Amino acid sequence: MSSSPKVFPDAKSALEGFTFDGMTVMSGGFGLCGIPENLIAALRDSSVKGITVISNNAGVDGFGLGQLLETRQIKKMISSYVGENKEFERQYLAGELELEFNPQGTLAERIRAGGAGIPGFYTATGVGTIVADGKEIKRFGDRDYVLETGLVADLSIIKAWKGDARGNLIFRKTARNFNPMMATAGKVCIAEVEEIVPVGALDPDNIHTPGIYVDRIVQGTFEKRIEQRTVRVREAV
Amino acid sequence: MPWNRDDLAKRAARELQDGFYVNLGIGIPTLVANHIPEGMTVTLQSENGMLGMGPFPYEDEIDADLINAGKQTITELDETSYFSSSDSFAMIRGGHINLTILGAMEVAENGDIANWMIPGKLVKGMGGAMDLVAGVKRVVVVMDHANKHGESKVLKACTLPLTGTRVVNLIITNLGVFEVKPDGSGLKLIELAPDVTLEEIAEKTEAAYEVAI
Repeated sequence: MSSSPKVFPDAKSALEGFTFDGMTVMSGGFGLCGIPENLIAALRDSSVKGITVISNNAGVDGFGLGQLLETRQIKKMISSYVGENKEFERQYLAGELELEFNPQGTLAERIRAGGAGIPGFYTATGVGTIVADGKEIKRFGDRDYVLETGLVADLSIIKAWKGDARGNLIFRKTARNFNPMMATAGKVCIAEVEEIVPVGALDPDNIHTPGIYVDRIVQGTFEKRIEQRTVRVREAV
Repeated sequence: MPWNRDDLAKRAARELQDGFYVNLGIGIPTLVANHIPEGMTVTLQSENGMLGMGPFPYEDEIDADLINAGKQTITELDETSYFSSSDSFAMIRGGHINLTILGAMEVAENGDIANWMIPGKLVKGMGGAMDLVAGVKRVVVVMDHANKHGESKVLKACTLPLTGTRVVNLIITNLGVFEVKPDGSGLKLIELAPDVTLEEIAEKTEAAYEVAI
């Protein structure tokens, strides 16, 4: 592998110079699937405070973003569902944590729009609900739509399966989820991957995230915790 | 006998049609997958980024990178495709999914639905529910007719914060089935669960409905 300015030896060094108090961070993953485990742990070990985190979920107690809640580094969460975390619940009910709920598809599209330079879009999702309170409503045809704004962040941290030194990424199965959009919507993006492969090893026709979106890349080790281990039983032959 | 959980799933499965792309909510709706009629092609969408959801894995097939929207481990099929969350909700918002089957806390006679938030209690979030009810062509609700205090969940107007307005097409409860009239003018009772009487429905239903059995 040729040396490349994008490749960093570990998550800690990859974060260097990209963090500051009061910053906004997008963090990929759905539940604990496809989360940037290594970069979250490195953020925990940094002294960054007052973070606004944009992430579909908030991890679980002691793992994923739950670790940044325990250290009180998160000031605000923008999420669609946060049901799996007792410490989150405690901080929220005590008024120590701000929370903004977005419908999941609206959250995904706000991030996609932010990364694509689109400042706002209209959607029927949430019209007539508290999600639309205070937002512009516009009628197209015979239906009302609510104006939602694009989202950007100071930093996005994402997880992919394989990547190369130019930052080209491939995701695996449902671990893709929010990661590709978040790659586009951070002022800077750090990707952690299971394997950094030589440039040229990835099929250009099958790259999910082109390297232009990825500023730094690091190879990590992964626990890949499972939230709901559901199985079926093989019938005896 | 009112319908039990499995009966409800079985009844909801009758809303499936050959070739349908379907999103199933968490709980009883998930059980509908067990009742897809033999020979019918139904493709299940999971909003975390998958079309063509397979059954739960055998122990030695478990893959942490392969879960459904309920965060349960699942499997893929030959036909499966994966995509991002924004592609997934483009499918949903864009009206490409034929049917969604969801649970609810309350449904109103005009098709309003509330299924994500009880004020004063811990709010976990709406997840993809608001996108599904707003974007999917046909919305079927499966739920108990009354809450645990015995109060009707089929109402004149929802009391809880809404998930969507005038979006529900069909309500399947443990006592019977109601169609929501497309003009929002009320419900039509079209089916009774075994041994359930019109009197029992009348007693336990707050919403206005006409009987069309």
